[in-house]
Amino acid sequence: MKRTRILVAAALAATLALAGCGQEGAPGAEGSGYEPTVAQNVEVAGSPTFAAMKQRGRVIVGVKDDQPGLGFRDATTGQFTGFDIDIARMVAGGLGFSPDQIDYKVVPSAAREDVIERGEVDYYVGTYTINDKRKQRVGFAGPYYTAGQGLLVRADDNAITGPQTLQGKKVCSVTGSTPIQRVRDQNLTEAANIVEFQTYTQCVDQLINNQVDAVTTDDAILLGYASQNPEQLKVVGEKFSSEPYGIGLPKNDTALRTKVNDLLQAAIDDGTWKTIYDGTLGKSGTQAEPPTIDRY
Amino acid sequence: MNVLLDNADVYWRAILGTVGLFVVSAIGSLILGTLIAGLRVSPVPVLRTFGSLYVTLLRNTPLTLVLFFFAFAYPRLELVEFSFFTLACIGLTLYTAAFVCEIVRSGINTVPVGQAEAARALGFTFTQTLGQIVLPQAVRAVVPPMTNIQIALLKNTTIASGFAVFQLGSVYSVLSERGYNVMIGLLWIAAIFVVLVVPLTLLQRRLDAKWGVAR
Repeated sequence: MKRTRILVAAALAATLALAGCGQEGAPGAEGSGYEPTVAQNVEVAGSPTFAAMKQRGRVIVGVKDDQPGLGFRDATTGQFTGFDIDIARMVAGGLGFSPDQIDYKVVPSAAREDVIERGEVDYYVGTYTINDKRKQRVGFAGPYYTAGQGLLVRADDNAITGPQTLQGKKVCSVTGSTPIQRVRDQNLTEAANIVEFQTYTQCVDQLINNQVDAVTTDDAILLGYASQNPEQLKVVGEKFSSEPYGIGLPKNDTALRTKVNDLLQAAIDDGTWKTIYDGTLGKSGTQAEPPTIDRY
Repeated sequence: MNVLLDNADVYWRAILGTVGLFVVSAIGSLILGTLIAGLRVSPVPVLRTFGSLYVTLLRNTPLTLVLFFFAFAYPRLELVEFSFFTLACIGLTLYTAAFVCEIVRSGINTVPVGQAEAARALGFTFTQTLGQIVLPQAVRAVVPPMTNIQIALLKNTTIASGFAVFQLGSVYSVLSERGYNVMIGLLWIAAIFVVLVVPLTLLQRRLDAKWGVAR
């Protein structure tokens, strides 16, 4: 009996010791300080989605929660922050909903089309690249930002300067994502050097621990990580693709799509877009030009 | 059908990954599990304790955690560098070996003690007794549960999809990125698993028929 107790205690101590060597609290992104203006008496004629929002009195927005600077949930406070989140707030404000009338729903990439089709979210803002295949299932307002594939490397690494310098280097990205497919298809590095994890955070972790040499995906996502940890990480090279981010909406709700496009256009014209950018992604010291809205 | 045909390249790569993981881990876990079962019935107390500790530790840890350890914690120890595929195989082998060990041990318990005593009386060493008298009889009794564990192992390989090993569990993310219907894609994966499990079931039947003990 006594022996078991000692064993249990030893096991507990070992577990606690193991748990203790996790990362110290990573610096979370603070709020950007952006406060949306809430429009009064908004009507969007002929939009079933908007009618449902009105009736509910709340708006449900699909977002990401693991991309610092874009869509990120602080583990301790539960607050959502980032560029995508502020764009979502701006749109909600334009539709007549204040930030405290927003319910955020975290949706993984693989489920985005399904969730929008089933109407579980009113609209989706989360590094959602517009492409023709997706347009068959959902509607896109925007683009509200144009990202491009970039490379994140360790700050002390000067060997990698762009996509042509990846030969023999281990490159990490999220399983099956477009950027890693591009690396594979263009043979930017050997097949054996391609590493795929389920989240960018895991890739960044492996990068810091020297297990991989570069993380590749849209530069916006990488800038978020770099601005979180500038001593250890940096983004290098020119963008080598174009990823226009759109706001995902139900496919046939043209009225709402037009309205959201109008709101984005207005935000670009009156400087709100720039305010949002500077308060979030701009903290990494980069400049960006607002994109041209594509009304199809 | 389109989902399968349009993405045949991905499915094929995934099947190779799954089968690779399974074959290596199945062989590894059968060998390691049998060895640890040997430790657990050995006359040396230290070895017995080690065997019990191993089984307790590995059986009580979720496989996800075991693989997590090998994917994220092991590299930090900077011992020997392994590829992520190798690390996943090590994780699956260690985990499954604990279950294999218990199955082999229950098989050993089906062999009457008189057999081992007779062997010892004839001057067999412990290793000889185990290897030539006890295990051959023990293995016959445990074909069905052993097949069970190996089928479970085959399906457990999907957990490695989170840890940089591409196999059937990772297919859905590629499909969603390419904009195909993930639901149908997953149904195909289920169908592929059924096909992969069939040979194991047939093997179990063959062995059962071949080694059936008349009681």
